[in-house]
Amino acid sequence: MKTVMTDIGPWFALILAGFLPNEIWRLAGVMLVRGLDEKSQIIIWVRAVATAMLAGVLAQLVLSSTGALALIPVSVRIGAAVLGFLAFLAARKSVFVGVLTGELAVMAGAYWFG
Amino acid sequence: MDAPPQDSPASPPLRTFVRGASAGVRSVFFYVLIGNYVGLGALSYEFGFSIWWMVASTLLVWAAPAQVILISTLPTAALVEVALAVTLSSVRFLPMVAALIPLFKAPGVRQRDLLLPMHLTAISVWVEGMRLVPQQPRGERVAFYNGLGVGLMGAAVIGSATGYVLAAQLPPLLAATLLFFTPMALLMSSARNARALLDRVAFALGLVVGPIVAWLSLGLDLMWTGLIAGTIAYLIHRWRESRQGGAA
Repeated sequence: MKTVMTDIGPWFALILAGFLPNEIWRLAGVMLVRGLDEKSQIIIWVRAVATAMLAGVLAQLVLSSTGALALIPVSVRIGAAVLGFLAFLAARKSVFVGVLTGELAVMAGAYWFG
Repeated sequence: MDAPPQDSPASPPLRTFVRGASAGVRSVFFYVLIGNYVGLGALSYEFGFSIWWMVASTLLVWAAPAQVILISTLPTAALVEVALAVTLSSVRFLPMVAALIPLFKAPGVRQRDLLLPMHLTAISVWVEGMRLVPQQPRGERVAFYNGLGVGLMGAAVIGSATGYVLAAQLPPLLAATLLFFTPMALLMSSARNARALLDRVAFALGLVVGPIVAWLSLGLDLMWTGLIAGTIAYLIHRWRESRQGGAA
Protein backbone atom coordinates (compact mmCIF):
# COMPACT_ATOMS: atom_id res chain seq x y z
CA MET A 1 0.00 0.00 0.00
CA LYS A 2 2.88 2.33 0.81
CA THR A 3 4.38 1.94 -2.67
CA VAL A 4 1.00 2.58 -4.28
CA MET A 5 0.69 5.73 -2.23
CA THR A 6 3.98 7.15 -3.38
CA ASP A 7 3.07 6.31 -6.99
CA ILE A 8 -0.32 7.99 -7.03
CA GLY A 9 0.88 10.79 -4.83
CA PRO A 10 -0.67 12.73 -1.97
CA TRP A 11 -3.16 14.44 -4.28
CA PHE A 12 -4.83 11.22 -5.27
CA ALA A 13 -4.82 10.20 -1.62
CA LEU A 14 -6.49 13.48 -0.73
CA ILE A 15 -9.39 12.70 -3.06
CA LEU A 16 -9.68 8.99 -2.16
CA ALA A 17 -9.07 9.09 1.59
CA GLY A 18 -10.09 12.68 2.39
CA PHE A 19 -12.67 14.15 0.05
CA LEU A 20 -14.81 11.15 -0.88
CA PRO A 21 -15.20 9.53 2.58
CA ASN A 22 -16.44 12.90 3.88
CA GLU A 23 -18.64 13.96 1.01
CA ILE A 24 -20.52 10.67 0.97
CA TRP A 25 -22.20 11.56 4.30
CA ARG A 26 -23.15 15.04 3.15
CA LEU A 27 -24.64 13.61 -0.04
CA ALA A 28 -26.53 10.96 1.93
CA GLY A 29 -27.99 13.73 4.10
CA VAL A 30 -29.35 15.52 1.02
CA MET A 31 -30.72 12.33 -0.53
CA LEU A 32 -32.47 11.10 2.61
CA VAL A 33 -34.58 14.17 3.23
CA ARG A 34 -35.79 14.78 -0.32
CA GLY A 35 -39.18 16.43 -0.05
CA LEU A 36 -39.32 16.44 3.74
CA ASP A 37 -40.54 19.51 5.61
CA GLU A 38 -38.53 21.24 8.35
CA LYS A 39 -41.42 20.73 10.77
CA SER A 40 -41.82 17.01 10.11
CA GLN A 41 -41.20 14.74 13.11
CA ILE A 42 -38.34 12.90 11.39
CA ILE A 43 -36.47 16.17 10.83
CA ILE A 44 -37.00 17.23 14.45
CA TRP A 45 -35.57 13.89 15.57
CA VAL A 46 -32.67 14.19 13.10
CA ARG A 47 -31.89 17.64 14.49
CA ALA A 48 -31.71 16.18 18.00
CA VAL A 49 -29.36 13.42 16.75
CA ALA A 50 -27.14 16.01 15.01
CA THR A 51 -27.02 18.19 18.13
CA ALA A 52 -26.12 15.21 20.33
CA MET A 53 -23.37 14.19 17.89
CA LEU A 54 -22.00 17.72 18.06
CA ALA A 55 -21.79 17.40 21.84
CA GLY A 56 -20.07 14.05 21.27
CA VAL A 57 -17.48 15.70 19.03
CA LEU A 58 -16.90 18.31 21.74
CA ALA A 59 -16.44 15.67 24.45
CA GLN A 60 -14.10 13.70 22.17
CA LEU A 61 -11.96 16.76 21.44
CA VAL A 62 -11.66 17.73 25.09
CA LEU A 63 -11.04 14.21 26.40
CA SER A 64 -9.15 12.61 23.50
CA SER A 65 -5.89 10.88 24.30
CA THR A 66 -4.65 10.91 20.71
CA GLY A 67 -3.64 13.71 18.34
CA ALA A 68 -1.77 16.90 19.05
CA LEU A 69 -4.06 17.88 21.94
CA ALA A 70 -2.81 14.83 23.85
CA LEU A 71 0.33 16.88 24.59
CA ILE A 72 -1.79 18.76 27.12
CA PRO A 73 -2.91 16.81 30.24
CA VAL A 74 -6.61 15.93 30.17
CA SER A 75 -7.22 17.59 33.56
CA VAL A 76 -5.89 20.87 32.16
CA ARG A 77 -8.23 20.57 29.16
CA ILE A 78 -11.30 19.88 31.32
CA GLY A 79 -10.37 22.66 33.75
CA ALA A 80 -9.89 25.16 30.93
CA ALA A 81 -13.25 24.20 29.39
CA VAL A 82 -15.05 24.66 32.73
CA LEU A 83 -13.29 27.98 33.33
CA GLY A 84 -14.20 29.19 29.84
CA PHE A 85 -17.83 28.20 30.34
CA LEU A 86 -18.03 30.02 33.69
CA ALA A 87 -16.57 33.15 32.06
CA PHE A 88 -19.13 32.80 29.27
CA LEU A 89 -21.96 32.72 31.82
CA ALA A 90 -20.49 35.58 33.87
CA ALA A 91 -20.17 37.73 30.74
CA ARG A 92 -23.88 37.29 29.96
CA LYS A 93 -23.31 34.52 27.43
CA SER A 94 -20.60 36.23 25.41
CA VAL A 95 -19.14 33.55 23.14
CA PHE A 96 -16.08 35.71 22.55
CA VAL A 97 -15.25 36.06 26.26
CA GLY A 98 -15.84 32.35 26.88
CA VAL A 99 -13.67 31.14 24.00
CA LEU A 100 -10.87 33.55 24.83
CA THR A 101 -10.87 32.60 28.52
CA GLY A 102 -10.85 28.88 27.74
CA GLU A 103 -8.05 29.29 25.23
CA LEU A 104 -5.89 31.42 27.55
CA ALA A 105 -6.52 28.95 30.38
CA VAL A 106 -5.40 25.99 28.28
CA MET A 107 -2.31 27.90 27.14
CA ALA A 108 -1.41 28.75 30.73
CA GLY A 109 -2.08 25.17 31.84
CA ALA A 110 -0.03 23.74 28.97
CA TYR A 111 2.82 26.07 29.87
CA TRP A 112 2.88 25.09 33.55
CA PHE A 113 1.82 21.44 33.47
CA GLY A 114 2.41 20.36 29.86
CA MET B 1 -32.07 47.33 10.16
CA ASP B 2 -35.35 45.57 9.44
CA ALA B 3 -35.52 42.16 7.85
CA PRO B 4 -37.29 42.39 4.49
CA PRO B 5 -40.85 41.05 4.62
CA GLN B 6 -41.41 37.56 3.19
CA ASP B 7 -43.31 38.74 0.10
CA SER B 8 -40.92 41.48 -0.99
CA PRO B 9 -39.03 40.77 -4.22
CA ALA B 10 -35.88 38.82 -3.35
CA SER B 11 -32.66 40.85 -3.34
CA PRO B 12 -30.16 39.91 -6.04
CA PRO B 13 -28.35 36.64 -5.22
CA LEU B 14 -24.94 38.32 -5.19
CA ARG B 15 -26.05 40.85 -2.59
CA THR B 16 -27.54 38.11 -0.44
CA PHE B 17 -24.32 36.10 -0.83
CA VAL B 18 -22.26 39.09 0.35
CA ARG B 19 -24.65 39.56 3.27
CA GLY B 20 -24.09 35.89 4.20
CA ALA B 21 -20.33 36.23 3.85
CA SER B 22 -20.26 39.29 6.11
CA ALA B 23 -22.33 37.40 8.69
CA GLY B 24 -19.57 34.78 8.49
CA VAL B 25 -16.82 37.34 9.07
CA ARG B 26 -18.69 38.75 12.08
CA SER B 27 -19.16 35.28 13.57
CA VAL B 28 -16.91 34.22 16.44
CA PHE B 29 -16.22 31.10 14.39
CA PHE B 30 -14.31 33.21 11.85
CA TYR B 31 -11.58 33.83 14.42
CA VAL B 32 -11.88 30.38 15.94
CA LEU B 33 -11.35 28.80 12.51
CA ILE B 34 -8.27 30.93 11.92
CA GLY B 35 -6.84 29.81 15.26
CA ASN B 36 -7.74 26.18 14.76
CA TYR B 37 -6.45 26.01 11.20
CA VAL B 38 -3.17 27.70 12.15
CA GLY B 39 -2.71 24.59 14.32
CA LEU B 40 -3.66 22.31 11.42
CA GLY B 41 -1.43 24.18 8.96
CA ALA B 42 1.51 23.74 11.32
CA LEU B 43 0.66 20.05 11.65
CA SER B 44 0.67 19.57 7.86
CA TYR B 45 4.10 21.21 7.68
CA GLU B 46 5.42 18.83 10.35
CA PHE B 47 4.19 15.84 8.34
CA GLY B 48 5.75 17.07 5.10
CA PHE B 49 2.80 18.07 2.93
CA SER B 50 2.99 21.06 0.57
CA ILE B 51 1.15 24.29 1.37
CA TRP B 52 -1.07 23.82 -1.73
CA TRP B 53 -2.03 20.35 -0.61
CA MET B 54 -2.96 21.72 2.82
CA VAL B 55 -5.11 24.52 1.37
CA ALA B 56 -6.75 22.09 -1.08
CA SER B 57 -7.55 19.69 1.76
CA THR B 58 -9.30 22.54 3.59
CA LEU B 59 -11.37 23.38 0.50
CA LEU B 60 -12.20 19.77 -0.38
CA VAL B 61 -12.49 17.99 2.96
CA TRP B 62 -13.67 20.99 5.05
CA ALA B 63 -13.79 19.10 8.33
CA ALA B 64 -11.09 19.75 10.90
CA PRO B 65 -11.27 16.36 12.72
CA ALA B 66 -11.06 14.48 9.40
CA GLN B 67 -8.12 16.65 8.32
CA VAL B 68 -6.28 15.91 11.56
CA ILE B 69 -6.66 12.18 10.83
CA LEU B 70 -5.72 12.61 7.18
CA ILE B 71 -2.58 14.65 7.86
CA SER B 72 -1.28 12.60 10.76
CA THR B 73 -1.96 9.10 9.37
CA LEU B 74 -1.50 9.44 5.59
CA PRO B 75 2.32 9.40 5.73
CA THR B 76 2.43 6.07 7.60
CA ALA B 77 -0.88 4.17 7.36
CA ALA B 78 -2.40 2.31 4.40
CA LEU B 79 -4.73 4.33 2.19
CA VAL B 80 -7.71 2.07 2.96
CA GLU B 81 -7.15 2.48 6.68
CA VAL B 82 -7.03 6.27 6.39
CA ALA B 83 -10.16 6.33 4.25
CA LEU B 84 -11.99 4.19 6.79
CA ALA B 85 -10.93 6.36 9.74
CA VAL B 86 -12.01 9.51 7.89
CA THR B 87 -15.34 7.92 6.95
CA LEU B 88 -16.03 7.03 10.60
CA SER B 89 -15.08 10.53 11.76
CA SER B 90 -17.56 12.21 9.43
CA VAL B 91 -20.83 10.41 10.15
CA ARG B 92 -22.09 13.59 11.83
CA PHE B 93 -22.55 15.26 8.44
CA LEU B 94 -25.50 13.04 7.59
CA PRO B 95 -27.91 14.28 10.30
CA MET B 96 -26.49 17.82 10.08
CA VAL B 97 -27.15 18.13 6.35
CA ALA B 98 -30.47 16.32 6.73
CA ALA B 99 -31.65 18.81 9.38
CA LEU B 100 -30.48 21.76 7.31
CA ILE B 101 -31.73 20.99 3.79
CA PRO B 102 -35.48 21.34 4.55
CA LEU B 103 -34.83 25.00 5.49
CA PHE B 104 -33.95 25.65 1.83
CA LYS B 105 -37.24 24.34 0.47
CA ALA B 106 -38.68 27.08 -1.75
CA PRO B 107 -40.18 27.37 -5.21
CA GLY B 108 -37.43 27.32 -7.83
CA VAL B 109 -34.78 25.65 -5.65
CA ARG B 110 -33.52 22.65 -7.61
CA GLN B 111 -31.72 19.60 -6.26
CA ARG B 112 -28.43 20.72 -7.80
CA ASP B 113 -28.72 24.13 -6.11
CA LEU B 114 -28.28 22.21 -2.86
CA LEU B 115 -24.89 20.73 -3.80
CA LEU B 116 -22.85 23.79 -2.78
CA PRO B 117 -24.66 24.31 0.56
CA MET B 118 -24.18 20.59 1.17
CA HIS B 119 -20.43 20.79 0.60
CA LEU B 120 -20.04 23.97 2.65
CA THR B 121 -21.66 22.35 5.68
CA ALA B 122 -19.17 21.92 8.51
CA ILE B 123 -19.80 22.23 12.24
CA SER B 124 -19.16 26.00 12.34
CA VAL B 125 -21.28 26.79 9.27
CA TRP B 126 -24.06 24.51 10.48
CA VAL B 127 -24.22 26.05 13.95
CA GLU B 128 -24.38 29.60 12.54
CA GLY B 129 -26.64 28.53 9.67
CA MET B 130 -29.25 26.89 11.91
CA ARG B 131 -29.40 30.17 13.84
CA LEU B 132 -29.36 32.68 10.94
CA VAL B 133 -30.95 30.94 7.94
CA PRO B 134 -34.50 30.74 9.40
CA GLN B 135 -34.40 34.57 9.76
CA GLN B 136 -33.86 34.97 5.98
CA PRO B 137 -36.66 35.15 3.39
CA ARG B 138 -37.20 31.72 1.81
CA GLY B 139 -35.99 32.71 -1.65
CA GLU B 140 -32.68 34.06 -0.34
CA ARG B 141 -31.66 31.26 1.99
CA VAL B 142 -29.44 29.26 -0.38
CA ALA B 143 -27.43 32.33 -1.46
CA PHE B 144 -27.15 33.52 2.14
CA TYR B 145 -25.89 30.15 3.38
CA ASN B 146 -23.42 29.88 0.49
CA GLY B 147 -22.05 33.29 1.47
CA LEU B 148 -21.82 32.27 5.12
CA GLY B 149 -20.03 29.04 4.21
CA VAL B 150 -17.56 30.68 1.83
CA GLY B 151 -16.85 33.43 4.38
CA LEU B 152 -16.02 30.91 7.09
CA MET B 153 -14.07 28.71 4.70
CA GLY B 154 -12.03 31.81 3.88
CA ALA B 155 -10.99 32.02 7.52
CA ALA B 156 -9.89 28.39 7.44
CA VAL B 157 -7.84 28.96 4.28
CA ILE B 158 -6.17 32.02 5.82
CA GLY B 159 -5.42 29.99 8.94
CA SER B 160 -4.11 26.96 6.98
CA ALA B 161 -1.65 29.06 4.99
CA THR B 162 -0.56 31.15 7.99
CA GLY B 163 0.01 28.10 10.18
CA TYR B 164 2.02 26.39 7.45
CA VAL B 165 4.28 29.41 7.03
CA LEU B 166 4.62 29.92 10.80
CA ALA B 167 5.17 26.21 11.50
CA ALA B 168 8.93 26.40 11.82
CA GLN B 169 8.59 29.03 14.56
CA LEU B 170 5.54 27.56 16.29
CA PRO B 171 6.36 25.24 19.24
CA PRO B 172 4.28 22.00 19.09
CA LEU B 173 2.66 22.73 22.44
CA LEU B 174 1.39 26.09 21.17
CA ALA B 175 0.10 24.46 17.98
CA ALA B 176 -1.74 21.97 20.18
CA THR B 177 -3.37 24.70 22.24
CA LEU B 178 -4.61 26.31 19.01
CA LEU B 179 -6.57 23.12 18.31
CA PHE B 180 -8.44 23.83 21.53
CA PHE B 181 -10.28 26.72 19.84
CA THR B 182 -12.77 24.36 18.21
CA PRO B 183 -14.17 22.60 21.29
CA MET B 184 -14.39 25.95 23.12
CA ALA B 185 -16.32 27.62 20.31
CA LEU B 186 -18.59 24.58 20.00
CA LEU B 187 -19.38 24.67 23.69
CA MET B 188 -20.21 28.39 23.91
CA SER B 189 -22.09 28.76 20.62
CA SER B 190 -24.17 25.68 21.26
CA ALA B 191 -25.00 26.91 24.76
CA ARG B 192 -25.98 30.29 23.30
CA ASN B 193 -27.97 28.93 20.35
CA ALA B 194 -29.86 26.19 22.18
CA ARG B 195 -33.04 28.02 23.11
CA ALA B 196 -35.43 25.15 22.48
CA LEU B 197 -35.56 22.52 25.21
CA LEU B 198 -34.96 19.83 22.58
CA ASP B 199 -31.56 21.30 21.65
CA ARG B 200 -30.50 21.80 25.25
CA VAL B 201 -31.40 18.29 26.33
CA ALA B 202 -29.83 16.74 23.21
CA PHE B 203 -26.61 18.68 23.78
CA ALA B 204 -26.36 17.98 27.50
CA LEU B 205 -27.12 14.28 27.00
CA GLY B 206 -24.55 14.10 24.19
CA LEU B 207 -21.89 15.42 26.57
CA VAL B 208 -22.70 12.65 29.04
CA VAL B 209 -23.39 9.77 26.64
CA GLY B 210 -20.35 10.53 24.43
CA PRO B 211 -17.67 9.69 27.02
CA ILE B 212 -19.68 6.67 28.28
CA VAL B 213 -19.91 5.21 24.78
CA ALA B 214 -16.22 5.93 24.22
CA TRP B 215 -15.38 4.23 27.53
CA LEU B 216 -17.40 1.14 26.53
CA SER B 217 -15.39 1.16 23.27
CA LEU B 218 -18.23 -0.16 21.14
CA GLY B 219 -16.79 1.50 18.06
CA LEU B 220 -18.74 4.04 15.98
CA ASP B 221 -18.80 6.22 19.10
CA LEU B 222 -20.27 9.33 17.53
CA MET B 223 -23.04 7.47 15.77
CA TRP B 224 -24.17 5.78 18.99
CA THR B 225 -23.87 9.02 20.93
CA GLY B 226 -26.10 10.78 18.41
CA LEU B 227 -28.67 8.01 18.19
CA ILE B 228 -28.96 7.34 21.93
CA ALA B 229 -28.80 10.92 23.27
CA GLY B 230 -30.73 12.38 20.33
CA THR B 231 -33.54 9.85 20.58
CA ILE B 232 -33.92 10.30 24.35
CA ALA B 233 -34.03 14.09 23.86
CA TYR B 234 -36.62 13.69 21.09
CA LEU B 235 -38.80 11.44 23.27
CA ILE B 236 -38.67 13.98 26.13
CA HIS B 237 -39.66 16.67 23.64
CA ARG B 238 -42.60 14.57 22.37
CA TRP B 239 -43.73 13.82 25.91
CA ARG B 240 -43.67 17.54 26.84
CA GLU B 241 -45.52 18.50 23.66
CA SER B 242 -48.26 15.96 24.28
CA ARG B 243 -48.68 17.19 27.89
CA GLN B 244 -48.90 20.80 26.73
CA GLY B 245 -51.28 19.79 23.94
CA GLY B 246 -53.52 18.02 26.49
CA ALA B 247 -53.53 21.03 28.82
CA ALA B 248 -54.44 23.56 26.09
